[in-house]
Amino acid sequence: MEPFRIIKSKAIPLDMVNVDTDQIVPKQFLKLVQKTGYGRYLFYDWRFDKNGKPISNFVLNDPKYAGRQILLTRDNFGSGSSREHAAWAILDYGFRAVIAPSFADIFYNNCFKNGILPIMLSHKEVDFMFLNADDMEIEVDLSNQQIIMAGPKIINFEIDESRKKKLLEGLDEIGITLQFDSQIAEYEKRNSKFIASHN
Amino acid sequence: MPKTLLEKIWDSHVIPTKKENNGGPFLLYIDRHLIHEVTSPQAFDGLRLNSRKVRRPDLTFATMDHNVPTIGRSFPLVDQTSSVQIQTLAQNCREFGITLFDIKNPNQGIVHVIGPELGITLPGMTIVCGDSHTSTHGAFGTFAFGIGTSEVEHVLATQCLWLDKPKTFAINFTGRRKHLHAITAKDMILSVIRNIGTSGGAGTVIEYKGETITELSMEQRMTICNMSIEAGARAGLIAPDEITFNYIRGRTYAPQNEEFEKMVDFWRENLKSDYHASFDKSITVNINDLAPQVSWGTNPSMVIDVTSSVPYPEEFAKGNENERKSALHALRYMGIEPGTPITNIPIDRVFIGSCTNSRLEDLLEASIVIKGRKVSAKVRAMVVPGSQQVKTQAEKIGLDKVFKDAGFEWRESGCSMCLGMNSDILASGERCASTSNRNFEGRQGRGGRTHLVSPVMAAASAIEGHFVDVREWL
Repeated sequence: MEPFRIIKSKAIPLDMVNVDTDQIVPKQFLKLVQKTGYGRYLFYDWRFDKNGKPISNFVLNDPKYAGRQILLTRDNFGSGSSREHAAWAILDYGFRAVIAPSFADIFYNNCFKNGILPIMLSHKEVDFMFLNADDMEIEVDLSNQQIIMAGPKIINFEIDESRKKKLLEGLDEIGITLQFDSQIAEYEKRNSKFIASHN
Repeated sequence: MPKTLLEKIWDSHVIPTKKENNGGPFLLYIDRHLIHEVTSPQAFDGLRLNSRKVRRPDLTFATMDHNVPTIGRSFPLVDQTSSVQIQTLAQNCREFGITLFDIKNPNQGIVHVIGPELGITLPGMTIVCGDSHTSTHGAFGTFAFGIGTSEVEHVLATQCLWLDKPKTFAINFTGRRKHLHAITAKDMILSVIRNIGTSGGAGTVIEYKGETITELSMEQRMTICNMSIEAGARAGLIAPDEITFNYIRGRTYAPQNEEFEKMVDFWRENLKSDYHASFDKSITVNINDLAPQVSWGTNPSMVIDVTSSVPYPEEFAKGNENERKSALHALRYMGIEPGTPITNIPIDRVFIGSCTNSRLEDLLEASIVIKGRKVSAKVRAMVVPGSQQVKTQAEKIGLDKVFKDAGFEWRESGCSMCLGMNSDILASGERCASTSNRNFEGRQGRGGRTHLVSPVMAAASAIEGHFVDVREWL
């Protein structure tokens, strides 16, 4: 995984609550067996009509937002299905950070596995960012847990230490866990009666 | 110190590392890993890329459910991309030595139906699957939750996961259902989500408690735990009891005879929240006046009583401007006017199936409603049993005939129209009474309109061609 670096970008405002992962990547695109190339399917049913033509009033189709790396949205983003394809699509489209007042648990986890930073801010802070989203340059500094905007206006954000470290260093989580192999084996020995499969 | 059921399962699965001293995350051992064709191929690729193997293939079970056709199952499948995904799973299971219940196997079915059915799911375990409805298995007093594909790879390689300790949320059900057949577990859980919202359970594991819960069958308990994720919870839990143990006894992959009874003694003694255990959050829900529930919008909190009318956005939003906009958007998508009595809304399709409501009891209850009646000429109705075992058992007692005589299609098992990854989908604008769990936009097909209901409500709606209060029928 690529280590997470400072992002400097404006945001794309997606002004909706409870955006579920069925909207982020509709199911017809879950049949692929690879991890890449999902960007073109991001928000597919909102972005394209049934003939595949862009729907002009959807934010991602507005040329002024092209190339932005931060997605700004509302409460409970990423609810529903556990499909990691949602995170793959967000990353592949070019987003490196998603800002919202709250996220659904599984989606939140999936972001960190793919080098995407989900940032939770207060409703007031998110409202402020929506008001200024069109033109405001934003710097996301994970090391210092800060969002820096013109002014300068600085918003601090909270993030779990171990998740932050993994993002910043782009660590291979499985490799880390395998270092605990003897503890896992010891656990298995101690609990073999409960773990065993009976057939 | 008194502990909740979740805390007991949690504590018995934490593997000592040094991190737990700093408050986490914790390394948790995973007792059972269920996999399916859609969220696993990239995980196996990751293993190969790093020359890793599956640590415990004996604790890993696979099936094909999400995109399998429910008719025309001979290879090559009509849908070539599905075919590739299905064959990829078979190849991966062969390569890594994992038990697979493939499309021809008499144990094939929806992963959350077959886990319990085969006795793979046992009380006190930790179970994961790359599917959010893994919460279903919580009905057995199991900490079971959905994960993404990276975590699937992590569990395959290590049989463990790093997790933050979830908060605990008790939902105490009180009261009695006035109509034991017309008011179902589906109505109970829909009313909960309606009350607490789609993120009301975020960051928590919900334990469903109270006498009302202990009276429910395992099928009903699974329906409730299944939809915990629709309230945003990590998992749902119900303490196991004699009903649980009787359900499991004798199932293929469960311990047998004396060994099983010893496990039961242990489960009975240990798997319940202590009397004084404190939960981070708790609510009480009285179901004395519970009516059949019908969803009207595009998330599972947008639900009303069958006796009510579609709400106005202001009424739904209770002062929250973002929720008001979302309700407005939902009404537009659903093509319905606020103020319309829900029973006036005509339907085009009926789907009885999904990991929420496709078990034998669900089909049996629905069959009572339709026996001797005919599906409305305007409606196309379909039953998709949750597993091949459910299908076989149902056929043994003649349910297939009851459904077919009434005009239902009787299909092979799988997820089918719950998420429409196979050819069982709604056409744009079609309206469906569905026993599934998600009424998201496009979930059952682009432009399709889903209304979530119980199996008996779906059955009665199929007959009448619109929603009806099934209490008048049973």
